[in-house]
Parts: sequence; structure tokens; C-alpha cells
Amino acid sequence: MTIFGGTAEFPSRLRFNVPIIWMLALAAAGAACIPLVYLVIRAAEADADAWSKVVADSTLRLLLNTAGLAAAVTAASAALALPIAYLTERTDLPFARVWRTITIMPLAIPSYVGAFAFIIALGPYGSLQDLLAPLGVENIPSIYGFVGAWLTLTLFTFPYLLLVVRAGLRDLDPAIEEAARSLGQSAWGTFWRVTVPQLRVPIAGGSLLVALYVISDFGAVSMMQFDTFTRAIYVRFGSSFDRSSVAVLSLVLVALVALVLAIDWSQRRSAKYHRLGTGAAKTPRLVSLRRFRWPALLGLFVVSAVALLVPIGVLFHWLSVGLQNGETFPGVWSAALNSVYASGLAGAVTVAVSIPIALVVVRRPGFLSRIVDRAAYVGYALPGVIVAFALIFFTLRVTPGLYQTIATLVFAYAVLFLPQAISGVRASMVRVQPGLEEAARSLNRTPWQTFYSITLPLIAPGVLAAFALVFLTTMKELPATLLLAPIEFDTLATTLWGHQEDVFFARASAAALLLLACAALPMMILFGRDRDLRA
Amino acid sequence: MSGPFLSLIRWQVFRALVVPLALVLATAIALSACTTDDTETSEAADRAAQAAERAADAAQRAAAAAEESGQGGSQADGGSSAQAAQAAGRAADAATDAAQAAGEAASAASQAADRAAQAAQSASAAASRVGQDEQIEDEDPGDLTIYSGRGESLVGPIIERFEELTGIDVRVRYAGTAELAVAILEEGDRSPADVYYAQDAGALAALAENGVLSQLPNDIISSVPAELADASGRWVATSGRARVLVISPDRVPNPPTSVFDLVDPEWRGRVGWAPTNGSFQAFVTAMRQIHGEGATEEWLRGMIANDVRVYPKNSPQVQAVHDGELDIGLVNHYYLIRQTSVDSDWHGVNHFTDPGEAGALINIAGVALLNASDNDGNALRFIRFLLSEEGQTYFREQTFEYPVAAGVSAWPTLVSLDELNPPSLALTSLSDLEGTIALLEEVGALP
Repeated sequence: MTIFGGTAEFPSRLRFNVPIIWMLALAAAGAACIPLVYLVIRAAEADADAWSKVVADSTLRLLLNTAGLAAAVTAASAALALPIAYLTERTDLPFARVWRTITIMPLAIPSYVGAFAFIIALGPYGSLQDLLAPLGVENIPSIYGFVGAWLTLTLFTFPYLLLVVRAGLRDLDPAIEEAARSLGQSAWGTFWRVTVPQLRVPIAGGSLLVALYVISDFGAVSMMQFDTFTRAIYVRFGSSFDRSSVAVLSLVLVALVALVLAIDWSQRRSAKYHRLGTGAAKTPRLVSLRRFRWPALLGLFVVSAVALLVPIGVLFHWLSVGLQNGETFPGVWSAALNSVYASGLAGAVTVAVSIPIALVVVRRPGFLSRIVDRAAYVGYALPGVIVAFALIFFTLRVTPGLYQTIATLVFAYAVLFLPQAISGVRASMVRVQPGLEEAARSLNRTPWQTFYSITLPLIAPGVLAAFALVFLTTMKELPATLLLAPIEFDTLATTLWGHQEDVFFARASAAALLLLACAALPMMILFGRDRDLRA
Repeated sequence: MSGPFLSLIRWQVFRALVVPLALVLATAIALSACTTDDTETSEAADRAAQAAERAADAAQRAAAAAEESGQGGSQADGGSSAQAAQAAGRAADAATDAAQAAGEAASAASQAADRAAQAAQSASAAASRVGQDEQIEDEDPGDLTIYSGRGESLVGPIIERFEELTGIDVRVRYAGTAELAVAILEEGDRSPADVYYAQDAGALAALAENGVLSQLPNDIISSVPAELADASGRWVATSGRARVLVISPDRVPNPPTSVFDLVDPEWRGRVGWAPTNGSFQAFVTAMRQIHGEGATEEWLRGMIANDVRVYPKNSPQVQAVHDGELDIGLVNHYYLIRQTSVDSDWHGVNHFTDPGEAGALINIAGVALLNASDNDGNALRFIRFLLSEEGQTYFREQTFEYPVAAGVSAWPTLVSLDELNPPSLALTSLSDLEGTIALLEEVGALP
């Protein structure tokens, strides 16, 4: 009797929640795997020739290039993101609030725009060369190749790590750090021995986001002429138009991604990061920077200057040249509206879809939940154009009425950027004590009520960070937007691309600057007004 | 069996059923919303309103012009009669416009009404059938969907002009030539596109090979030189671009007659190229086809040994020649004309190398009609318009490309297409881009 009737006396969430949460999580993970299914279908049509091409020397070289770039960018991003997160959240850094917004803004600069600006500024015959020429510097080291791709991708993707780590840091209970300090650790020692290990989940999640973004990026590597797998995929379909051979090549990329995910899997140990005792986390005390104040400010300034001022300077230069020539900027405002609309929808939908996955991963750890979590990364790690092809294939077969509508577009964005939302939500979710939810359930709240009144408010910082990540990334998304948006639905990214392709740099920079402005506004609302640590 | 257990089972089954059911329902609603003809009706009404607005506008202009001509007439003493006549002419023009627009408004309004009635009648009929009926029953110029791998600033104006002339509602999806080609293959029979407009012949040839293109009528194919259209008539070039050397006439009084001369010590450090540029890579592919792999590799290595200067794109080379930084650049012909057409003092000239060599390669942009299109009439009308005198003149005057049809001659400073006698080489054989990139990487031209 007790076995069957258990639920009546024993309101465990285990029994009630399982089906619906799992259904949602599995559906989301399944959707993210659509590109993989497409690739398998197309690769099955490939002839032996396409497969034999894969087993070539060039494939190994491409794999090493891609993996090397991903590792280098991730390491450099972590080296930037950790100190910046700590400085802006936990110290008495002057204008911390302003820095919080500024340091994530590089995310709004599409990598192909950033790379182009760097080539203009730092390339051969560029502005830096002109500056140094009077000093007798004849040749500066070439920016093309690995160095350029590494620099560009690091500066424009480290905020992925920063956002997630910062959300984790904000949720961190300062009691442990205070205990460490009271036991004689220095501020520095506390940071390394206590804070960083506590941030394991956000750091791992953010690093994965950066690494996989690098693997799927085309803009920066094509501009910097560094040969990665994604670039090879573009060259392959641009020269052969052979979908099955492209699919074969993409499956090799999937294998590389699987390897990265496996490394990440083996690194994540099960551990509890939430408070075990009673009581609530208190507001952390700010660490005084004292004599490190100016070096810290200088460091932040240098990073922001290279990542933001260089591109913005180049853009403003072109814009002013265009304005002097009486250039007009048709359609740029409606494109801005479209961008904000599509990105806002994408952010909301993707975060909503990511919550069940994060819940399953955190609350129901196990083999299946891990698989669900990993599956979500497939769409993200593939080049956007491959995801676009996959969705053309599926939409026309399953819901032809929705082809090239805003619904398909938002769906594509969700497939592409789901992991960004998951890592944002998840970093906050691991801090929520299950006891609080259990208490609510024992007080006769339904699972929905519990989620709405207990869990959601507690994970709010993570949800906001997740929304910000997806919103910013969607703003600059190009390949899927070009192919899947409703016809003549121009966004800032597509406008910018069109004008840049046609060498109308003034118009392109107007769109790029507007893109930055549109991205900055929500960021200021989200992060400028958040709880002031000094209060 | 106990009550609680049963109720639990029921609850679970209910949940398992309700959620997917709700999803399916939502999808169905969304789908039906997409396929009903509401949007079309309201679109037609919109068009009617717009046309009416235009009519009103034109009428106003007519009135103003008439008044002006009246004034001119009253003071028609002396030299102002010419003015008066002009104003009267304008008045007449505007009146015609007004009449036309009013006609459009009326027809659009009646169409809207028709369509609303139709929609009411055939609310349950399939959307596609509604579309067909419309085409047969009324004189709506209809619409046209173009997938364009050419940029909006290049072809947008000529497409707008076509809309103006025909009243056809043209919708364009702009993206990369290769991406759109693969998208069209993936869409297959369900492609919403009628016309594919490509930046190069390779993509057109790939689509023709995959059988997604329709045969074009003979009058279209025969309007261009035979080598600028598909042998089986499935695509046609609309404009061309030539590979040239942009040179400084002051610093290079005796320009080389062949790109192969550029490896001579005379040109050390004075020549530029853009190895990532698509047209440059097409040129290298042509060189491999015409002169062989060995000669091409030798030439590439020779150029690098001769300190060739690397540029990210074509246009900076034209700038560099103007600035005195570079003496010779390997580019397409139109970058220089873009500059000289606005600045007659611009320093630099286009120099054509020996005909018959890869250095004299002609690349084309071209169009094709998709099998999936049920809109042949408008699609062919568009293709014919591009090849008409007006279309060809646009390419000559606005994008500075080579006209290919309608007897429109090339830009005055250019060697004509006939004289150029481009290397005898099928444009479609330029698709071995992978081989070219591998070679460029092997010799170190690409990292």
C-alpha cells in the first residue's frame, strides 16, 4: 500500500515532476540535435570519395589548427574574465557599475567586424604601422594567421566567460571566503584557494561556451586567413556545392566537439555548491584595492580600449567620411527594430527552453541528464550555415507553412544558442538549496508554485545573464538570419554584412554602431541597475 | 487496485497526453494562420491604398504644373514661352502619372474586393489553389521572388526599376552566392524562389548539374555571346568583369604584356595581389586550366620570391597605386572606374594583358529560372529586362561592368569584350576552388 500510495503521504517532487520536466528537457535537447540528424542523413548519401578525402593530411592539420585555436582562446579568455569579474563585483574599484557594462560590450561586436577593424588598425600598411613609421619601424609582425585569429576571438568572446562567472560570483556565499580570511588567508590566497574553486561550474560552463564558439566561428578566421575546420567547410560548399561531402566534413567537426565535451565531462565532478547549513547568504564585503587601484583601472582600460575603442574608432572614421560625402543610411532604423525584436524573442524563448534542462541537470544528476545537457551543445558548435541548411531541410518537411517565418528564425536561434542560456541558468541553479524547494512542497505548494515563488527568484541573476548572452549573440548572428529570416526582414547584422560586402563602409559602420547601441541599452538596464553592493 | 494508484496513473497519462496535444494544436493553429489568405487580401488592400495615395499625389503635381504652365502662358511674352512649354509638358506627364496611378488604384481596389470575395468562398481551399486562381482570373501583375548572391547596392536599383515599370511586387533575399545555391538545392521542389541571381558561373553550373534549373527560351540565350551562357540554356550571363592590372602610368611607362612577366626582377616589390579574393582565386584556377599546374605553381612561387605585396581585397590595391605605395595591382577592372568616375584626377589606369592568357579572364554574374517556380512569366520578364538595353546600360553606367547583350558597348576606357578575346575556357570549369586553395596554401600565398 505504501509503495503505491506513497505520493499521497509523501509529496516527493520525484514522482510528480519527473514526466513534465523530462519531457520538456528531452524535447529541447532533441531540437538541438536536428542539425546532427540532418548531417547523418546527408552524409549517408556521400560516396567513398568524400569519405576518403576526410582521411587526408589536411584534415589532421585542420583539426590541430582548430583545437589549438580553441584552447588558446579559452585560456586567454579565462585569464581575462576571472580578474575582471572579481574586480567589478568584489572590490572597491572606482566606477565598478560602468565597468560591469563596458566589459561585456565586446560581445556586441561581430567577430568579422572586429577582425576587419584590427586589420585596418594593426595590419600591414595599417594605422599602427603609420604611427610607428616615423620611429623607423619598417615592418610590424603580421597580424594574419594564428595571432590575429587568437587576438580577435579572445577579445570578442571572453565576455561569454565573464558574464557566467560574474553571475556565479554574485550568487557565491561570502561566508566561506570570510572564514578563510579569518583563518589567516590573504585576500589573494582566498581568491585562489576558495573563490575560484567555488566557481568551478561557471568557469567550466563559460570555457565550454568560448571553446565551442571558436570552433564554429567563421568571421574572424576567414578575415585573418587562419585555416580552421569551419573555414574548410565554407570553402568546401563554396567550391563543390556538394551537400553530402560538406556533411561528411561537418561530422568530423562534430567528432571534435564530442571530444571537447568529453574532456569537459571528465573534469566536472559531482559536488555541492549550495549552502548546507541554515541561514542566508549575506552581502559580501568589498575588498579594498588600495595600491592596486590604478594598475587595475589601467588594465581594464587597456582591454576595453583594444576590444572596443579600436573597432569603434574605425567605425566612426568611416561614418564621418560617409557623412562628409553626403551618404544616406536607408533602412537602418527598421533593421534596428527587427534586430531588437528578433533577438528579444530569441532571448526569451531560449531561456525558457533552457530552464527545464538546467533543472534536470542540477536536480536529477545522472547519465540521461548529462546526455541531455551535452546534446544541447550540438547546434551551438556547428557553423551557423550548417544549422541553417538543416532547418531548411526539416522545416520544409515538417512544417512547410512556417518556412522563412519569424517562428523558424527564433527556433534556429534557440538551436544555435541554447547552451549559452543553459550555462547562465545552471550557474545560479547549483546555488539554490533543494531544502527550500522541499520546504515549499511540504507546505503544499504545487511544483509550479514552488518553481515560480522559490526557484525562479533565486536563479534570477542567472536567468538575466542567460537572456543577455542569447540576446547579444543573436544580435550579431548572420548565416542563419540570411537564409531563414522572412524575406526582406533585414536586421542590423544582415544590413552591415551587405554593405561591407559591397564596400560601402560608411553605411556598414552606421549599422555596426547602431548594433552596438542597441546591445548596450538592454545591458545597461540589466546590469547598471542591479543591486548595489555598497548599499 | 487502490484508488490513489489509479488516480496517479490517470494523472500521469493525462499529462503525457495533454502536453504533446497542446503542442500539436498550437502548431496546427500557427500553420493555418500562415496558410489562410487573410494576409494576401490585406496586402492587396494595402496596395490599393498605396496606389490611391500615389494617384492623389500625381493629381496634385498635375494641378501644380498646370498652374505653372498657366502662369507661363500669361506672361508668355519674350523668352519664357520655352519655360511655359516645359511646364506644360510636366503637367501633361504628371497628369498621365495621375491617370495611371488612379487606374492602378482602381484595379488594385477591385482586386482586393475580388480577393476578399474569393477568400470568403474558398476559405477551406488550399492556399496554393487560391494563388493559381488569382493568376488566371485577374490582371494582377503578381509577384516575383529572387535569391540574389549579388549585393543590394549592386542590383537593388535595377530591381526597383523593374518593379516600377511592371508593377510586379519583387521580393529579394540577399545572401552569399554559395549559401543560396546550397539552400536552393536543400529546398528542392518547395523553393519559394523563382529566380537565382549569382555572382559567378560556378554556382549556376552546380545548380544546372543538379537539375533544379529550367531551360530558358532561345531568344534569351541567343541574346548573349555563346560562351556567356550555359550550353544547354539553363543560365545566362547578365554582366561581366575582366581581370586587369591596375598600374601607375608614371612609374610604369612600359607595362608588362603578360602576368608571367611579373616575376622579372624589374618588378620586385612593386606588384600587389589579394590571395583571399574570389576573383583572384578564379584567375588562378583559370591559370591552372590553361597553363597547367606546374606553370601556375612556378608563377606563384616566383611572385612570392619577387616580394609580391599582399592586400586583403582588390580595392586597397587601387588606392595604393593612387597613393604611390604600389606600382601594379592584380584586380578586376571596375574598381578603378568607380574611382575615376567621381574623381577625374585619380592616378592609375587599367592595363589589359595579352588576350588568350589567364590574365585576360572574364568572370560573369548571371541568372537562372528555378524548376520550382510556378511564376515563369514574371521570372522571364525580369531576365529579359536585365538583358534589355536599359538593364545593360545600368550595368555599364552604375556598376561599371561589361554589358553582355543588346548591343550596349563597354565603358569607353575599356577594351571591348570581342577584342579582349578571353581565354577559351568554359566558365564553369572554374569551380575547382579547393584545388586552387590547396595550391595557394602549398606555395605559402595563403597561410
